[in-house]
Amino acid sequence: MQRYLWRKTGGFLLTALLVSLATFFILQVLPGDPALLILGTEGSPEAYALLRRELHLDQPLLQRYVQWLADFVKGKWGNSWRYSLSVRELVGQAFPLSFALALLAVGVAVLAALPVGLLMAVRPHSPLSQLLSLGTQLGLGLPQFWVGILLIQLFAVELQLLPAGGREGWGSLLLPTVTLALPRMAILSRFLRAGLLESLGEDYVRTAQAKGVPGPVVLFKHVLRNAALAPLTAAGVQFAQLLAGTIVVEQVFGLPGMGQLLLNGVFQRDLPLVQNVVMLVVLVILLFDSVFDLCLGLLDPRIRYE
Amino acid sequence: MALTVLGWFYTPYDPNETRVVERFQPPGWPHLLGTDHFGRDVFSRILWGARVSLAVGTAAVCVGALVGVALGLAAGYFGGFWDELLMRVGTALQALPSILLALLFATIWSPGVPVVLWGIALGNIPSFLRVTRSQVLSIKERPYVEAARALGASDLRIVLRHILPNVGSALLVQFSVSLAGAILAEASLSYLGVGLQPPHPSWGRMLREAQAFGSLAPWLVLAPGLFIAAAVVGFNLLGDNWILGRERLYKGE
Repeated sequence: MQRYLWRKTGGFLLTALLVSLATFFILQVLPGDPALLILGTEGSPEAYALLRRELHLDQPLLQRYVQWLADFVKGKWGNSWRYSLSVRELVGQAFPLSFALALLAVGVAVLAALPVGLLMAVRPHSPLSQLLSLGTQLGLGLPQFWVGILLIQLFAVELQLLPAGGREGWGSLLLPTVTLALPRMAILSRFLRAGLLESLGEDYVRTAQAKGVPGPVVLFKHVLRNAALAPLTAAGVQFAQLLAGTIVVEQVFGLPGMGQLLLNGVFQRDLPLVQNVVMLVVLVILLFDSVFDLCLGLLDPRIRYE
Repeated sequence: MALTVLGWFYTPYDPNETRVVERFQPPGWPHLLGTDHFGRDVFSRILWGARVSLAVGTAAVCVGALVGVALGLAAGYFGGFWDELLMRVGTALQALPSILLALLFATIWSPGVPVVLWGIALGNIPSFLRVTRSQVLSIKERPYVEAARALGASDLRIVLRHILPNVGSALLVQFSVSLAGAILAEASLSYLGVGLQPPHPSWGRMLREAQAFGSLAPWLVLAPGLFIAAAVVGFNLLGDNWILGRERLYKGE
């Protein structure tokens, strides 16, 4: 077990390091001069030289990378170029909202996928299952921002039941959560259905049935436990996609979360903001993934000895 | 698909032509899907947008597939250190979804098609890497590969002539599914405003502009969304059916 833990931790650190390299490379090495981005084309050569020194652009690349990484780890994320705030303060304002939204969406998706997946697996050829199967296919294909716009139109404009966005208590998170959870739910229920169908054909199911164990007990006690592993693994991988969805959904509903912070940073060419926010978000994704992996390892001893 | 081909040759109206007198016309004749807030013909703009979506999506997935397959072949065939390294890189890339990558590119380049293209291309590498590698791992143990090796064929020849053709069908499925994802990502990015710039039409961009007129002109919101959904579901189903078809083939049905 301990060896397994060490290997996982090592893998996590290595992946994080590679991501930091990729982020740094895209933002700092590819053609494009940050100093020119800030000053525009009107800046004088002196101001340009001064700015380059201030941003440490005159130093060698490797040194800049190591410096940034060291600062990032220490929590010194620097100041935003456009806001008169530090990146840390900006993140502090935006992070809780996005995090709550993401957790809510995962929760809703898992809770909703359970009955849908069960229904589709137990009666695979009934009309309801066919309908649900079509529904999950649609859930995968519908663009999230479109669903969001339609939900706003329906529940906020026409029916006036819920706020269209902004931060007015928990009610304002309801529509974004549903929007974000929909494709997640579709994928999870499809995985669950596939896992259940596979497990239902196993020998131990027939043994249990032959022993006279009631159907529902077989389903929940024997089959579900074995079938849930695949969708749970999938749920872990979903965090990265969830984040991408959060950026779009926050934009639709005008929620001031990490997605909006990042997007503002992109459009205003706020390099320190973008660089550190991306790194932070990816770290959260990786952390979630690793914790998830560990939990799966605890649940299923087979995984540990792979 | 058929509509895209049609849009290549013919659009009823110039998609960027503005006629202020004909603003907000509901769907009907002569404007099949109505007009938008500048009096532009929505149907023509959707046909034009289909070209953008498919062209950008296909190009990006092709680049991603090319790199992913090459790396996957190398990882699967050589194994050991290279396998470990390439899979690590794949995992790292997987933590950076297409949209995030495109946003990174958009920070240093100005928003536009190249940003979307590279974002989606890079984002697609890991899935192709994984699929190819897992296929290669099983194929390289087959007798005909060993036979080729015994005959003294070079590594490159074995990989290209004997292994790659057998990876093919799994890749087609992945390609179709990736294309669906790419269309969705392109639409999301142009909705966020980092994709194709106005006045040129793209599906995501049209939705961004339509959002303000949801009550006044619902067709502006409905039409592009339906087309995106149709394209994405279509390519997803294509991938699914491919798998089903292959399974039937193997079972001899």
